[in-house]
Amino acid sequence: MLTARALGHAYGNRQVLRGVDLDLAQGEVVGLGGASGSGKTTLCRILAGQLIPDQGEVLLDGGKLLAASPGQPAPVQYAHQSPELAVDPRWTVGRILANGTAPDPEVLTALGIREDWTDRRPMQLSGGELARVSLARLFHTGLRVLICDEITAQLDAIEQERLMRALIELAGRRKVALLLVSHSSALRSRFCRKSLVLDHQDHR
Amino acid sequence: MTDATELTVTLPARSRKIPRQRAKWHGAVALVLLGAVLAGSALLPDGALSVNAAARALPPQPGHLLGTDMLGRDIAARTLAALAQSVQVGLLAAGASTLVAVVLGLAATFGRLADHAVGVLTELALGLPHFVLLIMIAFAMGGGTTGVVVAVALTHWPRLSRVLRHEAQTIAASDYVAISRALGRSRLWVARHHLVPHLVPQILAGFIVIFPHAILHEAGLSFIGLGIEPHLPSIGVMLSESLREIMAGHWWVAAAPGLGLMLVALAFEQFGEALRRLSDPAGGIA
Repeated sequence: MLTARALGHAYGNRQVLRGVDLDLAQGEVVGLGGASGSGKTTLCRILAGQLIPDQGEVLLDGGKLLAASPGQPAPVQYAHQSPELAVDPRWTVGRILANGTAPDPEVLTALGIREDWTDRRPMQLSGGELARVSLARLFHTGLRVLICDEITAQLDAIEQERLMRALIELAGRRKVALLLVSHSSALRSRFCRKSLVLDHQDHR
Repeated sequence: MTDATELTVTLPARSRKIPRQRAKWHGAVALVLLGAVLAGSALLPDGALSVNAAARALPPQPGHLLGTDMLGRDIAARTLAALAQSVQVGLLAAGASTLVAVVLGLAATFGRLADHAVGVLTELALGLPHFVLLIMIAFAMGGGTTGVVVAVALTHWPRLSRVLRHEAQTIAASDYVAISRALGRSRLWVARHHLVPHLVPQILAGFIVIFPHAILHEAGLSFIGLGIEPHLPSIGVMLSESLREIMAGHWWVAAAPGLGLMLVALAFEQFGEALRRLSDPAGGIA
């Protein structure tokens, strides 16, 4: 479904990615690891269509990956590392959830989003609650792939486990492929059948 | 061994209504003051501003609550009319300056070339001596009220423009804007829903900071004869005239316009601060 071929990218003289291949099938959960600075976030941004790679290409169902256009959310969404930076601090939770398409009750229930949060502002939610809100709005009807960039890094072990289980179950039900980016090989091996690890060699 | 007991402390919740109420109060005070000045000057009886040789340089007394000047003009009536005149010029000049700042600040987000051009223009405007530029523009405009408005508008935008430019660029590069774009929101939508709500408090605060400046510069320009026409009462004209009278011990001639100006400026400053706190995402507590 989502295929990346021979991706390469450099910032100035620093080659961050070289020869990265990746295949994500429908509903599959794949891990992505690697040390800091190995290019995980760069790869995520390329896969989400937010960064044009220097080399290689990203295909969705064999065709060119289309970026979002007005009224048409992108099929590949990227959940950012820090949920508090990924929401407008002035907006209420209700407004954040309604960004894109109308909030889907199934998604809200699956991710444990309570109705009484609607009028709260992001500052009035805990890290875990905000992470759920931040993820929920990305589940629009045309979502095919969700890239989660260290979304549980700021959560305690219990909250991490709960969020990951809810997310994987929801993605499975909707046949959405998940790319879980994490430093932790334990977390990846627990939730993903296969993992891609970026190092400074060629990645296959 | 001591028993491990857990103590639960419930912290009192802080009321979130306080900043809103404060803004309402300050806003009410500022607006009532503004309304009183404008209405008071409009309701002045005929002849209240005229010269009266029989009542020259009278200290505050019944009939002339704030005294009279060397020409026998009533200071209370003149201060009211002058404040109204200065407030109008100040509002107009600060409004025009804020508009210039908004246009140039936002223009900086339309690509690198526009940003560079605005940057050079801002540095240039900030590098030139403020008052010299003000005098040159007012002089080129032939002085008068229009001269003051144009001069203040063209010299007071750079600081606000820089703040707006920085804010706009930070928001444009934020994660939440990237997400809104990925969710199919247009640039215009992002500008309307993310950018504007963030910038409005900055714009308001900028306007309120420029406002007393505008009045003070109006006073400065009027002092050297490039400001408001001398026959019109203005705080600047009154203060410059009072310099001579203070030497003669007529303190009341400077006190009323000076205090009036301070009061109006203070009310607006407090209102601006209350608005800023209200619009702060931290709920005005931080």
